[in-house]
Amino acid sequence: MNPVTKRPLDASKGAEQSEETFSLAALRQGDAAEFARLVDAYSGMIYRLASRMLQNPQDAEDVLQETFIKAYKALPAFDGRSKLSTWLYRIATNEALMLLRKKTLPTVSVNAPLEDADPEGFELEIVDWCCLPESELMSEEARRYLDESIEALPETLKSVFVLRDLEGLSVRQTAEVLGISEGAVKTRLHRARLALREMLTAYFKERLPASGL
Amino acid sequence: MSKKTISPPPSCRHLLDTLSDYLDGELSAELCRELERHLSDCEDCRVVVDTLRKTIELYRETVAEPQLPPDVRLRLFHRLDLEEYLE
Repeated sequence: MNPVTKRPLDASKGAEQSEETFSLAALRQGDAAEFARLVDAYSGMIYRLASRMLQNPQDAEDVLQETFIKAYKALPAFDGRSKLSTWLYRIATNEALMLLRKKTLPTVSVNAPLEDADPEGFELEIVDWCCLPESELMSEEARRYLDESIEALPETLKSVFVLRDLEGLSVRQTAEVLGISEGAVKTRLHRARLALREMLTAYFKERLPASGL
Repeated sequence: MSKKTISPPPSCRHLLDTLSDYLDGELSAELCRELERHLSDCEDCRVVVDTLRKTIELYRETVAEPQLPPDVRLRLFHRLDLEEYLE
């Protein structure tokens, strides 16, 4: 039997590390210097999120710009109950989802059942590809396939997976960013991971030694 | 090595739903014991656990972290009328 450890997977990187102190009063009053400081502190985080959600540099740049334009306009009404990073993540995620919806409108109805329906009768491919060497698991081609697999996820699963597993937000923060319950975050995250596992299985099984099949 | 597609029976499906909590270390001790008992008898579920864990690890370890390109930062500050704060 392969050992199954209880060690939690590390999800420590993310916005929590870079939370900085800003003068909310100055930001609300439209202080340009303070806003520039905010932009410099969080533009990298927002660009990374948008790149991962959209897989396209031009789209990521559009989302980055729109996020800070909307943030500047909304700052006078920002009540400070959320962290600034969570609030910015929310604006950026909404912008990215809007762009995705514009681009994928014809396929939304096809993907929708995957997002919330209970996957009764779902199938799992049982192939153990964990034994593949790192050179195969982490090759340039494999990395591209990993990116393409994220792109293939339905948008509601993609946003949860990117925020929770790639950006390292907690379940609570992810729920706050997306405006859904923590239970919904957990359910969608699990479905996203299972869907990605299926896609990776389809890819890596072709790279197993023939003698092992 | 097994290579097949299965539609998980109800006994497996119930536990498969708990796998993400298990891998995140958030599963209750009782369900953890139940899952590990099941895994000691069910090779298919063991493969799912191992490959699911590997999937998450690969994403966390290998997916690129896009960095903000200097020209994108420049255009952002320009769009926001913040050029004077560019260093």
